[in-house]
Amino acid sequence: MNRSMIDLWVGVFVAAGLAGLLFLALKVGNLATFSTNQTYQVEAKFANIGGLKVRGPVKSAGVVVGRVADVRFDNESYEAIVSLTIDTSYRFPRDTTAKILTSGILGEQYIGLEAGGDGVMLKQGDRLRLTQSAVVLENLISQFLFNKAAEGKEPAK
Amino acid sequence: MALAPIRSRLERLGATVTSFVWRLGYASRFLVYLALHSGTALRRFRLTIAQVYFAGVLSLVIILVSGLFVGMVLALQGYETLQRFGASESLGVLVALSLVRELGPVVAGLLFASRAGSAITAEIGLMKATEQISAMEMMAVDPIARVVAPRFWGGVISMPLLAALFSASGIFGGYLVGVQLIGVDAGAFWSQMQAAVDVREDILNGVIKSVVFGVAVTWIAVFEGYDAVPTAEGVSRATTRTVVTSSLAILALDFVLTALMFTGGNH
Repeated sequence: MNRSMIDLWVGVFVAAGLAGLLFLALKVGNLATFSTNQTYQVEAKFANIGGLKVRGPVKSAGVVVGRVADVRFDNESYEAIVSLTIDTSYRFPRDTTAKILTSGILGEQYIGLEAGGDGVMLKQGDRLRLTQSAVVLENLISQFLFNKAAEGKEPAK
Repeated sequence: MALAPIRSRLERLGATVTSFVWRLGYASRFLVYLALHSGTALRRFRLTIAQVYFAGVLSLVIILVSGLFVGMVLALQGYETLQRFGASESLGVLVALSLVRELGPVVAGLLFASRAGSAITAEIGLMKATEQISAMEMMAVDPIARVVAPRFWGGVISMPLLAALFSASGIFGGYLVGVQLIGVDAGAFWSQMQAAVDVREDILNGVIKSVVFGVAVTWIAVFEGYDAVPTAEGVSRATTRTVVTSSLAILALDFVLTALMFTGGNH
């Protein structure tokens, strides 16, 4: 095999290797969904974020409109501050409600946005006033048991 | 004296440890010298391209076929387990994450060590045994710059590409078995995979792993070849040592890299 044939095969090999990487990045990974679109950031305070993770989805009506950019703890109000990155092609009114929801029974947690009726739209750096925290199963069960116990007492009166 | 056999055994143990440390130091100095004298290999890039051909192109068949079968087995085994939990839709995630994060770099590295690493050691060792290395030194040609460096860079270039091809062909194998044979929904297979595999967290870290393995395997291979005792037996021992040492190095480095990469921000 002469030199130019070797060059050809090495060229084919390198091209195939790069094509494999590209396949991994585009078809297997989420590079395609990592849009380079313009985004704006808004913040929301939650009393409890449950199992919400950075890079988790932000959905409205089931459509992914953004990602969770950052989760911080506020030392003054003892609440969690969640930064959301939302695609600029999606506009929401200023009185939008942010809820922490769970997909399925054991699925991942995400932020659901429910649009309000305000005429002014959210812009970069705004804070969502209306939020609803994650449902913690233990609190739910203890509340349920407490209610049951209270119900049981009344007929005995 | 009754203590004499114990003492000689202790001495032998000490000699083993000392010679290991000595070789490690020599190998490190060798790597630094190699990196400083890589000018020729990069300027006369043809030399390196020829080595990419031997280390990379000729390893393509074994890498692609092994990747395909590893992916197919992963899909079969994964489906068996996942369907018990009613999660057979996540088959794509399982196949892709295990290949991209672990199996791709590690198995491709092990195959690369036994396919290309052993060949590099045998070639350099044989050049030393037939006194070609000494002849080069006589002609004032630096054998490290002319012989060792192109092989080193050829291996370092080939390894990440081979690992990427291994993962890609494995995912294709998983698709063949999972979707075509078992009948998992193709849309769920790909979309769940795309939702779960992150380009920076998973794919880039896999590529970093394969680069590290490429450097480690090729470094061990060229060093063992250069350091081989210049006899038929010495070359055969050096070749065996290359495969054993680089396999162990890959597995140990894999643990360290995984601990560094995937335990920090992923929970």
